[in-house]
Amino acid sequence: MAETTENQGIPEPEGKSQIIDTDYEIGQDNIETQIGPFGLDVHNPVFLISGMCVIAFVFYALALPDQAGSVFSWMFGAVTKGFDWFFLGAANIFVIFCLLLIVLPVGKVRLGGADARPDYTYMGWFAMLFAAGMGIGLMFYGVSEPMSHFASSIGGTATEGGVRTDWAPLGAAAGDQQAAIELAFAATIFHWGLHPWAIYAVVALALALFSYNKGLPLTIRSAFYPILGDRVWGWPGHVIDILAVFATLFGLATSLGFGATQANAGLNELFGIPVSSTTEVVLISIITAIALISVVRGLDGGVKVLSEINMGLAALLLLFVLIAGPTIAILTGFVDFLAAYLTHLPALSNPIGREDVNFSQGWTSFYWAWWISWSPFVGMFIARVSRGRTVREFVVCVLLIPSLVCVLWMSVFGGVAIQQVIQDGYTAAQEAPLELKLFKMLDALPLTQITSLIGIVLVIVFFVTSSDSGSLVIDTITAGGKVDAPVPQRVFWCIFEGAVAIVLLLSAGGLQSLQSMVISTGLPFTVVLLVMCWAIWKGLLAERKVK
Amino acid sequence: MFTKIMVPVDLAHADKLERALQCAADLATHYKATVVYVGVAAATPGSVAHTPQEFAEKLAAFAAAQGESAGISTDSLAMTSHDPSTDLDPTLLDALDQCGADLVVMASHIPNLTDYIRPSNGGTIARRAKVSVMVVR
Repeated sequence: MAETTENQGIPEPEGKSQIIDTDYEIGQDNIETQIGPFGLDVHNPVFLISGMCVIAFVFYALALPDQAGSVFSWMFGAVTKGFDWFFLGAANIFVIFCLLLIVLPVGKVRLGGADARPDYTYMGWFAMLFAAGMGIGLMFYGVSEPMSHFASSIGGTATEGGVRTDWAPLGAAAGDQQAAIELAFAATIFHWGLHPWAIYAVVALALALFSYNKGLPLTIRSAFYPILGDRVWGWPGHVIDILAVFATLFGLATSLGFGATQANAGLNELFGIPVSSTTEVVLISIITAIALISVVRGLDGGVKVLSEINMGLAALLLLFVLIAGPTIAILTGFVDFLAAYLTHLPALSNPIGREDVNFSQGWTSFYWAWWISWSPFVGMFIARVSRGRTVREFVVCVLLIPSLVCVLWMSVFGGVAIQQVIQDGYTAAQEAPLELKLFKMLDALPLTQITSLIGIVLVIVFFVTSSDSGSLVIDTITAGGKVDAPVPQRVFWCIFEGAVAIVLLLSAGGLQSLQSMVISTGLPFTVVLLVMCWAIWKGLLAERKVK
Repeated sequence: MFTKIMVPVDLAHADKLERALQCAADLATHYKATVVYVGVAAATPGSVAHTPQEFAEKLAAFAAAQGESAGISTDSLAMTSHDPSTDLDPTLLDALDQCGADLVVMASHIPNLTDYIRPSNGGTIARRAKVSVMVVR
């Protein structure tokens, strides 16, 4: 473990900090070479193994789509049903851990040393972490999730052979409209509020702490230094990083799949462009091309600019729906739903003895696995832009503020859609398939053409911001934590993210394949995150001691 | 003719800069100019240094060593960039403004296929800088 010494290889950051005594040099395992005109600077063997596996995976799913489809759907069932308790329990630990960091004295530790100053303004920082973290999901589920829970809750419970067959959360709310609405929003906010952001915060904090304060490379394995010591630079570390690359790649591909389906549905609604896998493949290709431009323009010139544009557009759309819809009802709803969330939170987050098996396994367990598989990517991206913040400021901004924004988003989009059903008897959004619900909701509001177009643009740009920041992250992990590796490497990963999304969409199971891959990579990574909590705690305590 | 010469250096690959360094030192001796070595790094730990401060110290040491071996007056300027792979050119142009050099001497590779897509740093600086730029291949 680390020693408090003054003259080791790793110096102190700005201000006092407990440094780590390791003679590992960042990039020492890297291969620097030239392939044709392209320069490469990659970690051996992380880049080689993850790159080869991804290529092999793409060929496998293309060559044997039926077999791949059935393997994926088997994995989906096995993991969500067998390990739901594990996902739910672990996510609770992350939330409690983060809340503790806000109130405990360790929250005063500053990332980058006591005298470090933030790299980005609040606005730019927040836009980037939000666009990377949730973007497409909010567009996809903003209307559809509250509506689904509302419909299943009001439908009541159904059992067959002693097992619940309905999809309602908790004990449902048969026939009770108000209770069903509250339960629907409590469940939705549960999936988009504290838990996912706590998952991101844990990974981001671990990486930021061990990189900025301890001087270790910005890669997932560094968070394991307190446990594994110098072994972290060997195979145990390689495995952790390779796992992170897979989790990021398949997590991203799932989102890209969702994004493409929804953009296609929206384009069909607006311009009559046919819904087909060809359109989706073309969409993914076009959007990957835009992501390529962004990734080549870099963090400030590409990712940040797009994130800020998206933030502005999303705020506009949110404001429009809020004003055009039943404003007062939505605003009261916001407060009521928040209260309903807090009331139902203990029951919803209970990991054992659940009766609502379909809900807790099919919805919650899937979500947690999805967030966890996204966490190395979002966490690492957040870490990269969070230097100079204190731990308390960091956790408040990564956990509480985005959670509140999500509550507002869901209350507005879902709230309007449900009001349309119960007040106006407008059921088009309710009856539409998942990817179309947003557009059907917008249909009933004024200026449909414009708002739907903004909706499609938002889906696409969120898609781009996820793809480009994901490429940066995978590139950094596969370059052993170096952020200044040659640009063609980012291009490689950006293209392969698109390729994986296309292949998974085309394989027999479609989106189901995507979801199974996410769940499967999320499971081992949950263990990684639990260990990270312990490492953060140890790291922060050591920082406090030097003060 | 010149009083301050800016030389961008990549401390991770200082061995590849031999010709540019020699050229800058010769020009500095001839014109009695000061050479400012400029380095760009991210705030995240990298192969050269773990923190921006350590990077600045290493660059200063490099400049001092160059000054001693070539018998010229030297200085250093460490720049921090969020994304050095893509923001190198604008960061170097900023550095040029900051240090007020009237000549840039920088190493560059022999142009290849990728330069059609992404021009070399030397090429971009030569195109955009207001002062004279000497690209050493």
